[in-house]
Amino acid sequence: MVGPYPHEILNIPFTSVSTFDLLMSSLMMVLALAAVQRGDMRWGKIWLFSTALLGLVFLGGQVIEFTEFVHKGLTMSTNLFGCTFFVLTGTHGAHVAIGVLWLLTLWVRALQGKLGPANAMTVEISGLYWHFVDVVWIIIFTVVYLIQ
Amino acid sequence: MSEEHKHPSVDVYLRVAAALVILTVLEVGAFYVPAFRPVLVPVLLVLSAAKFALVVMFYMHLKADNKFFTFLFGAPLLLAVGVMAALLFLFFGALTLRGAAGAG
Repeated sequence: MVGPYPHEILNIPFTSVSTFDLLMSSLMMVLALAAVQRGDMRWGKIWLFSTALLGLVFLGGQVIEFTEFVHKGLTMSTNLFGCTFFVLTGTHGAHVAIGVLWLLTLWVRALQGKLGPANAMTVEISGLYWHFVDVVWIIIFTVVYLIQ
Repeated sequence: MSEEHKHPSVDVYLRVAAALVILTVLEVGAFYVPAFRPVLVPVLLVLSAAKFALVVMFYMHLKADNKFFTFLFGAPLLLAVGVMAALLFLFFGALTLRGAAGAG
């Protein structure tokens, strides 16, 4: 059995900020949907872009965390914790990245005038995906970071 | 159909966001307060379950949707929790048996 172990390496304050970031992105997402549904495309674009931006910030935090962990000697092959941590959070991060691309695509379509109340369902479906990503992080943050 | 598909107001969305922030603060607080150590796991699980429920019910508007969707979401979730609990008992049970065999 080799380290580093969770209590030696996990940075709870830093990850708490990432968690707030993702929670706020979910708020931006529902505000985007509400704006598109009422036809306010100006705010629809602002909230859509804000959601994607917060998603990018979250991904940036993951990159920083992964880099720091590797420098401290934790990789997928170090121990069981390293393997499960990187697979779990890496898979989640991949889903966040897909969500960011999805949202930016919607934002571009909105800029082109191709998104509006008539196709608000498109935004709603992307919102469901984004909230699923957020909900999975709620579980990961608790089970992996807090319950070490 | 349109009645079942009503979306919450912006006010509700903001209140849910505030609740999510407060619950997260409570989670992190419970982690750092030594008095919570003996009950940390159940406290954290309850708080995260509350956050989970708020996002699913209001942001994913499961609360306003047809009850069939609640069943469609909840039943597999219960099944997944049951499988995880069974695995936990299996591994802890195996560890206990191995420990008893080693001592004997």
